[in-house]
Order: sequence, then C-alpha cells, then structure tokens
Amino acid sequence: MKFRFFSNRPYMIFILPALIILSVFSIFPIFVALGVSLTDMNLIGLLNWNQVQFVGFENYMDLLADKEFRQAFFNTIFYVVFGVPLVVVASLGVALLLDYGKNKFFTAARALFYMPSVTTSVAIAVVFGYLYNNHYGLFNYVLSLFDLPKVPWLTHPIIAKISLILMAAWKSIGFNMIIFLAALQGIPKDYYEAAEIDGAKKWQKLLYIKVPLLGFATFFVASTTLIGWFQFFEEPMIMTKGGPVGSTNSIALFIYDKGFKLSEFGYAAAGSFVLFLIILALTLIQFKLRKKDNGYN
Amino acid sequence: MNQQKLSAERLLVYIVLLAGGILMTLPLFWAIFTSFKTAAEAMQTPPSLFPNEWLIDNYKKLFVELNFGTYLRNTLVLVAFSFLGLFINMMAGYGFAKFKFKNKEKIFYLVLATMMIPGQATMIPNYLILNKMGLTNTMAGIILPGLAGAFTIFLFRQFMETIPDDLIEASRIDGAGNIRIFMQIVAPICKPIIAVQAILGFIHAWNSFLWPLIVANSEDLYTLGVGLSLLKGQNVSDFALQMTGSSLMIVPVIILFLFCQKYIVEGFTTSGLK
Repeated sequence: MKFRFFSNRPYMIFILPALIILSVFSIFPIFVALGVSLTDMNLIGLLNWNQVQFVGFENYMDLLADKEFRQAFFNTIFYVVFGVPLVVVASLGVALLLDYGKNKFFTAARALFYMPSVTTSVAIAVVFGYLYNNHYGLFNYVLSLFDLPKVPWLTHPIIAKISLILMAAWKSIGFNMIIFLAALQGIPKDYYEAAEIDGAKKWQKLLYIKVPLLGFATFFVASTTLIGWFQFFEEPMIMTKGGPVGSTNSIALFIYDKGFKLSEFGYAAAGSFVLFLIILALTLIQFKLRKKDNGYN
Repeated sequence: MNQQKLSAERLLVYIVLLAGGILMTLPLFWAIFTSFKTAAEAMQTPPSLFPNEWLIDNYKKLFVELNFGTYLRNTLVLVAFSFLGLFINMMAGYGFAKFKFKNKEKIFYLVLATMMIPGQATMIPNYLILNKMGLTNTMAGIILPGLAGAFTIFLFRQFMETIPDDLIEASRIDGAGNIRIFMQIVAPICKPIIAVQAILGFIHAWNSFLWPLIVANSEDLYTLGVGLSLLKGQNVSDFALQMTGSSLMIVPVIILFLFCQKYIVEGFTTSGLK
C-alpha cells in the first residue's frame, strides 16, 4: 500500500522530506505561536498542558502597554533610521572605489573588505566587547593618543546603540558592497562614452549615470538591512544584554528573555507573532515595490 | 597635465582602499594577536600589537580546562548534518524541477513563503513543539529544524530546470529508475551548485548559535558559538582567553574564505545570506 503510494507519485520521494521539515518547523510554528499567544502558558503549563488557560488577547494588550517592549521596538526604529543609511552609503562608497580599477590590488582590497561578512556574529560581538571596553579597549586607547576623552561605548544609552550600529555596519559592508559592485559592473560602457562625448565630468557621470542606475541595488540593500535590524539578536545579547537599562534591547532579545529566562511562553509567543507580522508586512511591501521598480525599467 | 591629475586621483583611491582594508580587518587581527598574549598583556596600557611572546597557553586552556573539545565536536556534527540537509534540499529541488504533479505551483509557493518566517519568530513555538516531541536537549532537536531550507531548494530547482528532459528520458528508456537517474545523471551535473551550497552550509553550521542555545541545556550539546558566549560570561576580564575562543571560531572560516573566495562571494550574493 505504502509502496504503491510512492510508485504512483514518484515525485513524493524527492519532495516529501523537505516538505515535512518545513511544515513542522516553519509553517506549523506560526500557528502554534498564534495559539499559545492566546493562553497564559508558562513553566507549569509546559509540564502540564491542562493547567494552561485561554486568555484571549490579553497578552497582546499587555505587550502594547509594556514599556520594555515599546523600548525594544523604538530601539529597533533607531537602528533602522541610522543603520540603514550608514550601511547604504558606506557599502556604495566602497563599491565605487573598488570599481575604479581592475588589477590584483583591487581584487585583494575586495577580499579585505569582504572578510568580516563571513565571520560569526557571536565571535565578533566578543571581539568588539573588548575593543569597546572603557579601560582596556583599543578604541579608547587610540582616542587617548589624540588627547581625546574616553567614550563610554557600551555604557551610555545612546552611544551604546550607535556602537552596535557601527559594528553591524562593519560586518555587513562586505556583503552589500558586492551587490553594488555587481550593479556598477552591469552598467553598459556606451553610457559613459556617450556622456564623455557630451563633455561630462567625472562627478557628473557619478551623479547622473551611476547613482540613478543603482536604484534597484540600493533598494535591495536598504530593504534587506532593514529586515535584518528587526532580527537583531546576538550582538545585544552578548555585548550589552540589552542594556544599559534596556537601551540596546531588540525585539528578538525581548522575546528570548520573556520565553527562556522568565518562561512566560504565552507572552513571548505574542511577541513572536507580532515580530512575524512585522517581517511579513515588510517583505510583502518589498515585493510590491520591487515589482513596480522592474516595471519602470 | 591630465595624465598627472589622473594618477594623483588613482593614488588617492589606492591609499583610501588600503587604509580602509586595514581598518576593516584590524579587529580580526587584533583578536588573533591577542589570543597569543597573557591575560595581563591583553590589559596593559599602552597595548601591544604583537604579543611579547607568542604563547599557545590560551588555546591549551580552551581544550584542557574548558570544554571546547566537546563544543568543537558538536559543531562538526552540525556541519556533517548540514550536508545531509543539502542532499534533502537537492532532492526537493529535483522534485519541483523535473516532475509534473497536481498543485505543484501552489506547494512550491508554500515552500518559498517559509522564507518570510524568521527563526527569531519561531524560536518559542519551535521550542514548545520539540518539547512535546521530547527532543529538547538532544542533538536531534538541534539538527532537525535546520535540515531543509527554502532558498536552497529554490536554487536547485532553478539549476535543474536547465537539465534537458531528453537526457532524463533517455536514461529512463535504458531502464534506470528515478533514484538512479537522480544519483547518476542529475547529481553529477549539479556539482558546481553543490560546491557553493556545501561551503555556505559549512559556514552556516559552524556559526550556528541561536537554536543550539535554546535547545541545549547541558554543556555536552553546546556548539562553539554557545560555548564562546558562556566563556565570555564566566571570564569577564580575561580578554586574552575571550579572544582565543573568538579566534578559534573566526580563523577556520577566514582560511576557507581565502581558498574559496569566488564560491563564497557568488553564493552569498545569490542567496542573500548575511
């Protein structure tokens, strides 16, 4: 019987393993999150599901009123507002420089700029924790060489956010500059030639040919970086534990703390579902805009 | 005149790129150099770039006094299973590329839709599901959820659609079954994409953190990433040791990157991985 099922549907042998895993560990969990978010599930409930009570939308109401959650949300907005433009400008700048010539030097430089992208966030967070250290860190030592005062990199509420942004930008420049570089190298040579015949200067070529034609790449980098900030987790967890006083907390870290530190699974599930809805909305908007963008070209 | 101006500009580009390149890699080298220092030297002012003496005591400490041998073994187990995951994705890609069946498009869109579901949103429900299955604090629980990935399936499907149907039909007429066609005809053609995905899979498994952190309760199951975060928490002021743990995670990936740069850059760009 089982045998006939597969011989009538040979494709099943191939797609079934992946389908089962994706259904059980990716699609089904979203429904579980929604279901659990309507209950008061906690550690006792985890051991004995009979103890779990249905509480309606109470968790969502609490979430909206929760100062900690609101702070994590607005921290994320801060990361997006300053982090996205920084990543776009920095990686575009590097890409323009790397596009300047073609020889072994440029290939080697590309490798150097790319290197941080392959490293793991955890190790990088530990390394930057040292570099940012008030007393023993390299950054404050370099500042002292110029007679500049020490910067409280990770202990001041706003500077700590900026420090995390700088580190994340450092790590993502490599990946994003490749996107820009690919786009730059895709610009047809006759565009430049035509501009030269018209007597365009270098900066004019940059401003009127390169930048407008990079629209799609810019959009891609900006939107993936934006979605990335909503998933920010390892760096604040390892470097600041979300502090000082919650000022670097992220939505993902908030969910983690509620779920796995305090065992408030119902509440954490509500946070998870909200995060899912935010990312779903952002992805769908990105899709829509991308289609429109392609339509114009 | 023009020539001179151009070369000055060129020189400036070279200088900026060189300085930028050094700045970009400085944190990595700083960590690696510090890993060979003593704890005291890592905290001295002014700091030294190179260690006074290149000591490997910190590395010994990781493996002898701390449990990094176990963490390394667990990480390598995850790496090995990432290759099984690659195989599962490749099979699914083939199923979607070369078979016709009812609702194929719909099922494939469902697979793609899972890309919109981030691990940070499913960590709580997935933990509850694994708990019900009795798989929390087991290696199986750490491995299972990561075995299939929509984007890899998508890439394999795209690639396999370019394989001519005639080639597959010819083998079928020669009496080859589905599995044999897949293993002996399709898989060899896919070598280039398998290479890229295997390298990406290695890096991904090597760097894995969030999921093992949640599922593993005992140190026996920790990966390098989880072990490193534990080490940082327990040795707050031993920066040399912290840098040693970090270097242990960073250096193998950098070496892999230097050898397979082309594959990695290509793979990262097409898959949108970060």
